Amino acid sequence: MTWFIDHLGEVWDLGRQHAVLAGLPLLLGLLIALPLGWLARRFRWLYAPFTAGFGLLYTIPSLALFVILPLVTGRGILDPFNVIVAMTLYTVALLVRTVADGLGSVPGAVTNAATAMGYTPGKRFFAVELPLAVPVISAGLRVAAVSNVSIVSVGTVIGVQQLGLFFSDGFNRQFYDPIVVGIVACIVLALLFDAVILVVTRLLTPWLRATGARA
Amino acid sequence: MIASTWQWLTDPVNWSGPGSIPNQILTHLWYSAIALFVASLIAIPAGLAIGHTGRGRFFGVNLAAAARAIPSLGLLFLMVLWLFPKFSGSSGSAAFVVPSLIVLAVLAIPPILAGAYAGVEGVDPAARDAAKGMGMTGMQVLRRVEIPNAMPLIFSGFRSATLQVIATATLAAVVGADGLGRFLIDGQKIRDYPQMAGGSLVVAILALVVDLLLGTIQRYAVSPGLTGRRTSASRRGRSDGVSGSAESAGRSNTPLDVEISDPRRTVDSQPS
Amino acid sequence: MKLKRISVTVAVVAALLGTAACGGSGGGDPLATKSSSSGGGGDSSAITVGSADFPESALLAEIYAGALEAKGVKVNKKLNIGAREAYIPALQDGSIDLIPEYTGVLRDYFKKDMPGKDSEAVYTELKGVLPGTLTVLDKSAAEDKDALVMKKSKADELGVKSIEDLKGKSQDLVVGGPPEWKTRITGLVGFKQIYGLEFKQFRPLDAGGPLTLQALKNGQIDAGDIFTTDPNIQTADLVALEDPKNMFAAQNVVPLITKSKSNDTIAGALNAVSAKLDTETLTKLLKQVVVDKKDADVVAKDFLSQAGLS
Repeated sequence: MTWFIDHLGEVWDLGRQHAVLAGLPLLLGLLIALPLGWLARRFRWLYAPFTAGFGLLYTIPSLALFVILPLVTGRGILDPFNVIVAMTLYTVALLVRTVADGLGSVPGAVTNAATAMGYTPGKRFFAVELPLAVPVISAGLRVAAVSNVSIVSVGTVIGVQQLGLFFSDGFNRQFYDPIVVGIVACIVLALLFDAVILVVTRLLTPWLRATGARA
Repeated sequence: MIASTWQWLTDPVNWSGPGSIPNQILTHLWYSAIALFVASLIAIPAGLAIGHTGRGRFFGVNLAAAARAIPSLGLLFLMVLWLFPKFSGSSGSAAFVVPSLIVLAVLAIPPILAGAYAGVEGVDPAARDAAKGMGMTGMQVLRRVEIPNAMPLIFSGFRSATLQVIATATLAAVVGADGLGRFLIDGQKIRDYPQMAGGSLVVAILALVVDLLLGTIQRYAVSPGLTGRRTSASRRGRSDGVSGSAESAGRSNTPLDVEISDPRRTVDSQPS
Repeated sequence: MKLKRISVTVAVVAALLGTAACGGSGGGDPLATKSSSSGGGGDSSAITVGSADFPESALLAEIYAGALEAKGVKVNKKLNIGAREAYIPALQDGSIDLIPEYTGVLRDYFKKDMPGKDSEAVYTELKGVLPGTLTVLDKSAAEDKDALVMKKSKADELGVKSIEDLKGKSQDLVVGGPPEWKTRITGLVGFKQIYGLEFKQFRPLDAGGPLTLQALKNGQIDAGDIFTTDPNIQTADLVALEDPKNMFAAQNVVPLITKSKSNDTIAGALNAVSAKLDTETLTKLLKQVVVDKKDADVVAKDFLSQAGLS
């Protein structure tokens, strides 16, 4: 505990960087996964190859991706850009299926009603389908958030500044305190992300509160 | 890079002897299987109990959510420091493997647990009532109605867990164990990037093959009445008919995690 | 209506992330390195000090950083970068400018199988193989080399004092070391070619890190690669075997720096540090970090003030 208090500044610094490295890709990944998921929904024959293909990205070991990506992107090996790219890939891997299934969960009667009311396909998507898919997408996003926080810490192998550095520091000195502080900080960060996603979901789905259902 | 990776993959030297690709695949599968077995042993009974009785849901679900948030690398280092001194002499080599197995099992428990309880919980109450009406005891209802009906989601959770475990088992090499992670670590140390890329490719293919295999098993293990193999009206068709968005917010039809092939239904990993 | 709500929410999330990113230090780039007291990130005259991800390297980097700051140089720190395979490219792409290194391993990184073994020869060879953009300053007397280390009890039991004595015994022993030992002359290849030793098994662990240490202490390996300044050799009752045929080349601590970043002030400050460092001092300092769990920057500061370099 004393160690934690003495190193509060460091925990805060690394925690902030960890938050960016794990959080920014969540937004980017979602932005990329939305059109892909929509395509997989719109053209049914794309569903299987899309969900399977992008899902496969998730099985690339992070250990290797972090090391090899700088060679591919041509950016400096310590450039956080590489981590952002890697984490965005993992987020997309998790979210394409989620988005597709989320859009698929919108009852046909609802979309038909929207069409009948004169909604253009574009307007219908943003005003009806996407909002109704929010609960499902949000569930997927929560998984991605937690997974991202954990995977970012593997960035330690290439010296990216984030909470994982506490793991190697503690390990190298056979010193439990930094490792435990790092783990707890990661869990807190993951829960924080989770809370943010829940709050946003709540804001986006007022009808669920109205009917008393849970998100 | 692609050419040299291919060269590494097809070099006969890498295909025989200790430390070769086939050997490391077997070791990798062995670690993954043990971890998944241990995780299932804990998570499936617990999940079924939570789903069947409805008790301990809050506790179980939150514990699983917290377990999900534990960073694997940190836990691994912690386990090594803590467990290493506990293994000595002849039982020694276990010291390199056990910490990784624990980390992998912790990783696998949440999705398996979620699959099991969401599966049981999501069983049509009418089916459950009918079973009770036929005079079945609680255990009989669980065994003969709830578990068979929950199979798709149990499988779904297990497959998610399997994918994550196979991808993460590479971390074992960080702490001196074998498995496909060796190619990643050893490759990095001697700047042999084709070896790293080749190793990752093998991991991805292994995950894919295992998932396809589990998908096939699922096809035959799950009652035809549920998979839609018999009736073309699939479960999804049914849920489409349910009006209102509460259904889409519902637990059992929420997709989750990674899923490679096409299980009709997926598990909600993190129900609120 | 819905659209509006969505855009509001997106704005909220962006704001949250923004706060997380920009809170604290004034710098706009949340991913910029932590700059030290006198540093102001992004300044082209500032020098970025890196370190490998083991305690001694971080300690030496803190010492370099402190000595430079004392001379008014602006310093950024980027410590605990992974292995040499990560931080040498980082030096070459300009992510860092300076890092503490060891003459022997650094030479081997750029060119394998050079003949030099003693400090001077290795240092000379090293200067010859460095890429044009990099240079090393004066080497210090402090040396931290690989050693084949055994438990004292085990070494006594086998009557072994040097690596040579393992002849005829090694086939029953498990040896542990960094994964690269498998293929290197300063590893299994060298044990075979130079000493004629074959081991029962090789276990890839880490380079003198916690795995090797733990495995050695608990008997999972009989002999392992530990660095000579490691305070655990004393505290854990281990013994470093002598290396009469000089399989392990000299490993003097030396600052590796990007040529374009070096100037007289910087070189002067770092050379003054090297002049004050010897193996005994380094071992003592490292013990404070590893055994007493003090922070590297605190230990570095104490050393600098005692050595009159602050």
